[in-house]
Amino acid sequence: MKLLIKGGRVVDPASGRDEVGDVFISEGRISGKREKADQTIEAKGLVVAPGLIDLAARLREPGYEYKATLESEMDAAVAGGVTSLACPPDTDPPLDEPGLVDMLRRRAKVLSRARVYPVGALTVKLAGERLTEMAELAEAGCVAFSQANAPLADTQVLWRAMQYAGTFGFPVWLRAEDRWLSQGGVAHDGEVATRLGLAGIPSFAETIALGTVLQLVRATGARLHFCRLSTAAGVEMIRAAKKEALPVTCDVGIHHVHLSEMDLGYYDSHCRLEPPLRSQRDREALAAGLADGTIDCAVSDHTPVDEDQKQMPFAEAEPGATGLELLLPLLLKWGAERKLPLAKTLARVTSDAARVLGVASGRIEAGAPADLVVFDPEQSFRVTPEALKSQGKNTPFLGYELAGRVRATIVAGSVVYDASGGD
Amino acid sequence: MPGNPQLNANGELQHLLSIEGLPREILTQILDTAEPFADVTEREVKKVPLMRGKSVFNLFFEASTRTRTTFEIAAKRLSADVINLNVPVSSQTKGESLLDTVANLSAMQADVFVVRHGSSGAPYLIARHVKPHEHVINAGDGRHAHPTQGLLDLYTIRHYKKDFARLTVAIVGDVLHSRVARSLIHGLTTLGVPEVRVIGPQTLLPAGVESLGVRVFHDMRAGLRDCDVVVMLRLQNERMNGALLPSAQEFFKHYGLTADKLALAKPDAIVMHPGPMNRGVEIDSPVADGPHSVILPQVTFGIAIRMAVMSIVVGN
Repeated sequence: MKLLIKGGRVVDPASGRDEVGDVFISEGRISGKREKADQTIEAKGLVVAPGLIDLAARLREPGYEYKATLESEMDAAVAGGVTSLACPPDTDPPLDEPGLVDMLRRRAKVLSRARVYPVGALTVKLAGERLTEMAELAEAGCVAFSQANAPLADTQVLWRAMQYAGTFGFPVWLRAEDRWLSQGGVAHDGEVATRLGLAGIPSFAETIALGTVLQLVRATGARLHFCRLSTAAGVEMIRAAKKEALPVTCDVGIHHVHLSEMDLGYYDSHCRLEPPLRSQRDREALAAGLADGTIDCAVSDHTPVDEDQKQMPFAEAEPGATGLELLLPLLLKWGAERKLPLAKTLARVTSDAARVLGVASGRIEAGAPADLVVFDPEQSFRVTPEALKSQGKNTPFLGYELAGRVRATIVAGSVVYDASGGD
Repeated sequence: MPGNPQLNANGELQHLLSIEGLPREILTQILDTAEPFADVTEREVKKVPLMRGKSVFNLFFEASTRTRTTFEIAAKRLSADVINLNVPVSSQTKGESLLDTVANLSAMQADVFVVRHGSSGAPYLIARHVKPHEHVINAGDGRHAHPTQGLLDLYTIRHYKKDFARLTVAIVGDVLHSRVARSLIHGLTTLGVPEVRVIGPQTLLPAGVESLGVRVFHDMRAGLRDCDVVVMLRLQNERMNGALLPSAQEFFKHYGLTADKLALAKPDAIVMHPGPMNRGVEIDSPVADGPHSVILPQVTFGIAIRMAVMSIVVGN
């Protein structure tokens, strides 16, 4: 099967290439040669870029099929131009056994849409007490190990887990949050939480944990990826750690790049997120850190939640927002606001994410996997429940007009989403 | 941010959810409306027919005797029918959602929902889902607001002090967990009180409390100096020993109101408390029962305020 994407604006963040041209695909890979195609996608006026790599998307399987199914969320992924995604281990049961990981990968493979990279649990049941069989889990396909949104309280276990993972060279992905300080909190401990009478999570819940983990990185040499940075001080600490050449990377949730505590309004439970939306100053520092590369990647932190769990008083509502289909438009919005070249904007969800994940995709060059997205950066759409394929309709951006519509998504050389094909 | 959910299209009070965001005119309208109702409570026949045929549902997701009772009395004095529902012991334990409970009651033809809930913001959620002719009155939500308590506090202050423009008001104790404090602070700043102070240890003051327009004091003696009004807050039992405070005794020593500390305030200062009081924890008995105390009149005024609020929202 040979595919030609014709006449599009080809943007490859890895090489900085940004020019009108054709992309040839053969045997699931980008081809260096001009070949006669079996199928042609007309891309005139559209952008052709590497497919998005989302480092955090919850598919809700196993265990939470009433919130979303693998099928609905994989549809959402490809409709959003996401061709690879890493899924956190906070399923039910958590991804702490090779059998579960294996089953998830098989189920995903059968659907043959986006590539799924499971992130294994760092501790059994994410309980923070006993290490998982990381080597076994890695063999089953886990690309990294994480505590998802269940921060590890016991620093002894954290130390040992990082030592053990470091022994095998497994990356550890952690959200920096001090569990005692965040306990019971539902919003940034600041002006808005004080006014609304919501229990706060102070910024130092992040920076204290960050300091602890960075110290352990120095001690163990484990490769650390920090998930969902939320504070300006946290960005500063990562900047210093990188200057020190510690083996650390980090990401930010795309919502945190655009929203702050002010967006809680009158208890909008769609803004109940983990970590909480923080101050305008924090938001600005995150957006700037993503631009200067201190923050390596932007992620959707996709969390489908059914409406009943959101129609609750703020503190009781389930945290999280749907995001797979909004990652690209929200990223483009960020890039436009900071006046960044398109290649640089897209790097944060393509080449940079590929580097963190350690995969060969995320670039348009001969021999690379043919994972691509074709999109119209100008076409805008209104975010409505009907416009989203994800089973989760929970987003603070409901009603917003956003630009950036995916026309086609290609994974391993096959067209897995085609907006024009009556999909 | 969406428009103020408390006001209707004409800018009139549709729901009472919080004092924050209410214009001065509406606060004054409520206080003025309450004046004649305070007289009604003194009369032999304590009823007016303003809400005849209307139904008031007291929907309490959190236990309360005093507030529920005063709402009930207020509704009955307006000739409304009152239905009391203590939800923790009925449907919520069966897993029914908050909105389902409200939808069911709505089907029974309610006009006013008086809601108390342990979660901040719950009345906002309910207000978003009730029918246009139904009104929601917040009777206390989490740490957020207790607007009728705030209003009765304002009424009490106006009753004794007449003019808000020259007052110094101190609010003492557990501001962090207090919906009463938040409501009163918004009311006082809206009505132009030039100095509102909060007094307490750092552990009981919320982050950035200054942003509400108050001055912070950790030393109670300094904070009480020359005050016209002293509002003591209730300290919940569960906060007395733990990470926030070492003991009730130590709290009383530093933040309990005694005659000796009260002497630092103006000679005609009034002492208020939203009740129920912990004697010997936040307030000393001689002060609670002494000549400066207006704690019992507060309760009486509370009925008039709740009559005023209910009659205003139903009238709009």
